[in-house]
Amino acid sequence: MDEAILEIRDLHVLYKTDLAVNYAVNGIDLSLRKGECLGLVGETGAGKTTTALSLLRLLPPQSGKITQGSIRFQDAEIMELTEADMRLLRGNRISMIFQDPMTSLNPVLKVGEQIGEALRLHTKGSKENLEQRVEEMLEMVGIPAARKNEYPHQFSGGMKQRVVIAIALSCNPELLIADEPTTALDVTIQAQILDMMYELKEKLGTSMILITHDLAVVAENCDLVAIMYAGEIIERGTAEDLFTACRHHPYTEGLFNSVPDINDRAERLKPIDGLMPDPADLPAGCPFHPRCPKRLPQCDRKKPEAVSFGSHQIKCHLFRQEEDSYAAID
Amino acid sequence: MLPLIETIELKKYFDTPKGQLHAVDGINFQIMKGETLGVVGESGCGKSTLGRVILRLLDATDGQVLYQGENILDWSKDRMRQIRRDMQIIFQDPYSSLDPRMTVRRLIGHPLAVNKAYADSKARNERVDQLMETVGLARRVAESYPHELDGGRRQRIGIARALALEPKFVVCDEPVSALDVSIQAQILNLLMDLQDQLGLTYMFITHNLSVVKHISNQIAVMYLGQCIEKADSEELFRNPLHPYTRGLLEAIPSMKYQKGSRRKRPIQGELVSPINPPRGCRFAPRCPYAEATCLGRDFKLQEITEGHFVSCRLFEK
Repeated sequence: MDEAILEIRDLHVLYKTDLAVNYAVNGIDLSLRKGECLGLVGETGAGKTTTALSLLRLLPPQSGKITQGSIRFQDAEIMELTEADMRLLRGNRISMIFQDPMTSLNPVLKVGEQIGEALRLHTKGSKENLEQRVEEMLEMVGIPAARKNEYPHQFSGGMKQRVVIAIALSCNPELLIADEPTTALDVTIQAQILDMMYELKEKLGTSMILITHDLAVVAENCDLVAIMYAGEIIERGTAEDLFTACRHHPYTEGLFNSVPDINDRAERLKPIDGLMPDPADLPAGCPFHPRCPKRLPQCDRKKPEAVSFGSHQIKCHLFRQEEDSYAAID
Repeated sequence: MLPLIETIELKKYFDTPKGQLHAVDGINFQIMKGETLGVVGESGCGKSTLGRVILRLLDATDGQVLYQGENILDWSKDRMRQIRRDMQIIFQDPYSSLDPRMTVRRLIGHPLAVNKAYADSKARNERVDQLMETVGLARRVAESYPHELDGGRRQRIGIARALALEPKFVVCDEPVSALDVSIQAQILNLLMDLQDQLGLTYMFITHNLSVVKHISNQIAVMYLGQCIEKADSEELFRNPLHPYTRGLLEAIPSMKYQKGSRRKRPIQGELVSPINPPRGCRFAPRCPYAEATCLGRDFKLQEITEGHFVSCRLFEK
């Protein structure tokens, strides 16, 4: 097996405000190998975007803080890099696609200039080379090269997202983080963009973290899946584990049941009751226990350990490791 | 039986510097009392404009909107004000559709106050409490402001406001698309329960086909201002006919994990401009089955099987 290109260990991130301390990410571990695509799934406030921003050290400097943990990217420890080294990394070896293509492009710069910006910073070469590369990138994401002299407002939402993807891929990054890349788009455009991202990923061998709240998007695009809830990864595994196994964390089950499936004939949906806990006031024990329909007596006291079934890991008291080391939990 | 709401060749054109924008272009449908019509389409297809024209929040260019058999487009302002109590709308964005300086109690009580529905504030407050209970808002949030609440609760306020005057007909304009999945399901269930309890009639506007399946009796698929397919919900999902409807259904990612075989063929291209559209099928530029005969003439909805209408060359008799 290939070495992991990204290895996150026990990451903790908090946001400090005058009023409260919000515990956004509470001890997550992730690892990703070359060419793999990891789907990071969760609802608003689960800590998905915070995790991504931590990877690039882009947390808001006033309030956001990584308190603990390590992030290894290839042979570098991201936590120990200088700001200058980080700048060499960002947009070059690790790049990010932000959720909203409408606001992540600069409205007063031509799209060609915006694609060229990352190239100019990270690659050497003549002006002609650069222009040629910009045109290549546009063609690659399915936009006629002649449109490089247009401004973002002249593009539709789907086209803007293609431009954002062209920017992110312009320096052939080893790791691409896509934060809800299709949430703002229509379904037909979403399908086009996801298809294109999948093909480009295969062609360029990029590893990818796909952040989404849509389980179905993950089922079609990812090799690995991690489900986040209140800053923790409560279930993880290969896409096959997540979508075919019979054992699931109760939250994951709830997510599955909340999604109206067009192949399903059920009349009513079965939503999860209640709301995501306040990150400033997380419940003790399992963070999901106040909403959990299968709550056990120990759930509000003891944090569940991850239990593994092969590549499938679930953090829940309902399951016990077959080896007797975990049998004591009762 | 007389439908509660019916539109006949309803049109709404906007004048723009580049020409006439055909937002709604000859829409016909009927909704029976207590039923739901799902209106589905991508951004820019005119579905929200349609909802607003029916409520006369926008003035129609041509056509009729019949409410219990009477054309409300002819009505005077005063008469319209009376009927507005019966027709309400739930807006898409629970963040921007609530006044940030009003408490929840005032927000929900506002339509009651404006319409002088209750003699004094005590009676009004009782009604507000009752409404909050109906939509599942805890009594303790009554004095909160919208910014203190999450999206799901805000949407519940929007629903309570729409229901305050006991309407008969509610236009739901993408009521769940700004919400998280687990909250979406809560709100959809709430809307369905309210329909059962209060006998409401809905027009449910959304871009998400999988959402309308659960809630609709009938579904109309819109493309660039026109209805291109209309059928019972079951029938439409079982037997979609128009290439656009099929493409829409295929574009929805499936929860079924299938190793390796994820490649489908999504609809290529994007919506073309709705300004001065040429005659012919408006989907033709993106349609895999398009031929020369798709252009240059008008298409009408045709009944293929009972209750299943489609406008496409492939199904012409």
